Amino acid sequence: MSAAEKLQLHNEPVQPLFSVRDLTLLYGPEKGCQGVSFDLYPGEVLGIVGESGSGKSTLLSLLSGRCPPDRGTVSYRNSDGRLVDLYSASEAQRRTLLRTEWGFVEQNPRDGLRMGVSAGANIGERLMAQGVRHYGELRAAGIDWLSQVEIDPLRIDDLPRTFSGGMQQRLQIARNLVSSPRLIFMDEPTGGLDVSVQARLLDLLRGLVRELDLAVVIVTHDLAVARLLADRLMVMRRSHVVEAGLTDQILDDPQHPYSQLLVSSVLQP
Amino acid sequence: MNTNEIYTRSEPASVVGGRSAGSGMYDVVHEDAEHRPYANQAGAVACEVGYNFAYLDEQTKRMIRRGLLKAVAVPGYQVPFGGREMPLPYGWGTGGMQLTAAILGADDVLKVIDQGADDTTNAVSIRRFFARTAGVKTTTRTPEATVIQTRHRIPETPLTNDQIMVYQVPIPEPLRFIEPSETETRTMHALEDYGVMHVKLYEDIATFGHIATSYAYPVTVDERYVMDPSPIPKFDNPKLHMSPALMLFGAGREKRLYAVPPFTRVVSLDFDDHPFAIQSWDECCAFCGSRESYLDELIIDDAGSKRFVCSDTDYCMQRRDAEEEGAQ
Amino acid sequence: MNTLIEVSDLSKTFTLHQQHGVVLNVLNGLSFSVRAGECLVLHGQSGAGKSTLLRTLYGNYLAAGGSIRMLHDGAWVDLVGAEPRQVLAVRRQTLGYVSQFLRVIPRVATLDVVMEPALARGWSKVDAETRAKSLLSRLNIPQALWQLAPGTFSGGEQQRVNIARGFMVAWPLMLLDEPTASLDDANRQVVLELINEAKAAGSALIGIFHDRAAREAVADRFLDMTPDAAPKQEYVYAS
Repeated sequence: MSAAEKLQLHNEPVQPLFSVRDLTLLYGPEKGCQGVSFDLYPGEVLGIVGESGSGKSTLLSLLSGRCPPDRGTVSYRNSDGRLVDLYSASEAQRRTLLRTEWGFVEQNPRDGLRMGVSAGANIGERLMAQGVRHYGELRAAGIDWLSQVEIDPLRIDDLPRTFSGGMQQRLQIARNLVSSPRLIFMDEPTGGLDVSVQARLLDLLRGLVRELDLAVVIVTHDLAVARLLADRLMVMRRSHVVEAGLTDQILDDPQHPYSQLLVSSVLQP
Repeated sequence: MNTNEIYTRSEPASVVGGRSAGSGMYDVVHEDAEHRPYANQAGAVACEVGYNFAYLDEQTKRMIRRGLLKAVAVPGYQVPFGGREMPLPYGWGTGGMQLTAAILGADDVLKVIDQGADDTTNAVSIRRFFARTAGVKTTTRTPEATVIQTRHRIPETPLTNDQIMVYQVPIPEPLRFIEPSETETRTMHALEDYGVMHVKLYEDIATFGHIATSYAYPVTVDERYVMDPSPIPKFDNPKLHMSPALMLFGAGREKRLYAVPPFTRVVSLDFDDHPFAIQSWDECCAFCGSRESYLDELIIDDAGSKRFVCSDTDYCMQRRDAEEEGAQ
Repeated sequence: MNTLIEVSDLSKTFTLHQQHGVVLNVLNGLSFSVRAGECLVLHGQSGAGKSTLLRTLYGNYLAAGGSIRMLHDGAWVDLVGAEPRQVLAVRRQTLGYVSQFLRVIPRVATLDVVMEPALARGWSKVDAETRAKSLLSRLNIPQALWQLAPGTFSGGEQQRVNIARGFMVAWPLMLLDEPTASLDDANRQVVLELINEAKAAGSALIGIFHDRAAREAVADRFLDMTPDAAPKQEYVYAS
């Protein structure tokens, strides 16, 4: 075993980055999500799958600090190693987290981008919010990230509305990653894209997730996307998590009747 | 402290104004004075019958003054107020007029400028409005004025600590260009979440190679609130910093007021490698020869010949007067 | 030689909820162990559960009972009931799996597909590339194909790409699911060489080989998985 391998093994953190306990928000009987608990470790990708209305998006909102739960806790270990209870933290702390150590990739890039300002400004915004006051640095970061997400850096001054859907989605990813976040939430990131563009985006995401050691919570109804990106899955149905485990195990040997139905319902091309 | 000043100087004044409102003399003399804008207007004129002192009722003025006290106590913070209908359209200075009405006392001397000039329609009509409804003295000379209402400029003549500037503000919210939601902008102010302000400046540099925002240039007041200094040119931004005069801002349509108390730090936003800079001209004023003042460009013939003149007419006039005196 | 994997009383059932809840008992009370440098070949007819066993050992199928203990990073880990991240750590460092089917990732070049296990372990890109290129050459994948995504390759080429990926890094434990099936002689020989090299390097191997010649070339012991061949027994290959 090489020294590098050893190092990686022994550096493996024992403490979770993100802990969720008994998270519940119900809009009605079995509408919303209830009793969700899990731990997420640095570099781990968790997929949340299930049919429409199963509570996936509600859960994602609760996890990402966008709406407070009826009960339950969400805690996050920040880069100083301190545990932050998301919903007892102040609004200011929550916002700081969301624009520094966290990211959120919306399904519709129009919701996650500022469509009225250039690609470069979109990428630079988080840095400016963190106090970067040097135009040259912002510019360099913009160019660097455009090329990392495979957009021609010459388009740095173009408005996002002149970009294709796939490019907009990649720009949204760059805008989130520029602050070196440790945890990213994604809501159907490939949802509105055609298949060839999807593949390219998935490939890019896989690479970035590994390179940057990102922890990711991704909501998707596309099991192929889940298989490609997620280390583990939670299957939701009617506000409950009915099964959770290793991605390939859930997809190849689902245990719960609903998971079996879900997996067997997918059309194989 | 100026907080006090507003209170003491305006309360008794409005009582006096209230009484004097009944005197009922029509002021033809004043009309004449308006036609000679650079002549000194001596002596208060009597008020129009049937109006309370300075048009607004006393309760409204108190409400606005309470808002102003809060605004002075929290520099740069936008205080909502119950804006009243004024007898002129929004966008013509209704916000500034309500503030002026609220602070005006019988012994105040009012100056009104629009684009730096005392003799433009809007400036003339606002000045006449207060002369008729409050009977206050008006002036065009900056050093003589105790209250100066303005839209676009801060006078070139340095202000003193017994003067109050009143700004007419169209859009008080500096974050509005990027964030349409009022709830969100308020939260952003509360949390000092101002990263997006630089997005606009970034866009300027990306598009024009320099910060091209030349008016309503955002500032940080007292190291806390980001504020829109109304559509003054950025040339005037440095005059806000540590000014001995009290600065009051009123937005009539949006019903917000805010303030910069005397001797407050006011810093224009910028980038380390693109620092804030004011406009400069290669030319000097064609009338008075000033190289320090903000110049307006005039096209003087069909061939497109240009001349540059001071935008501050009073400043220009005084320099010319001084020159003539010197020559004599 | 020391034991690297110890399986005891392993069982696997499938409950088919879509088909009136039929329960299939595929594995039952299975126990065996494999030592370093040893190759255990699973023996039995089609449908005896050989592939199911490999997949269960890999954590791809969820064991119904028993234990699968492996020596991972100097400590014994039971994969039955392990956390997903533990299983993934074991798969990254300890447990390799080579099947005949490549799960194609769209748009990813062959060379990158092969290099991935090494990069996941933190190899430098240069080292990984050198090793990947030598493996692809040995397995007779034309150099012109290395930069292309394997999605459009022939079945045999995809299989060999997958084998290259499987042997990219040294695994203390390897699961081989018919790696030589449908390969021509020359390529089969390369794969057998790779297997023997892994054995010589101290890996413990568990494999399925339908091809008799291949089986005999690598097997040290057999595990008989024929149903009703109770009691299940291991016996040393006599040769």
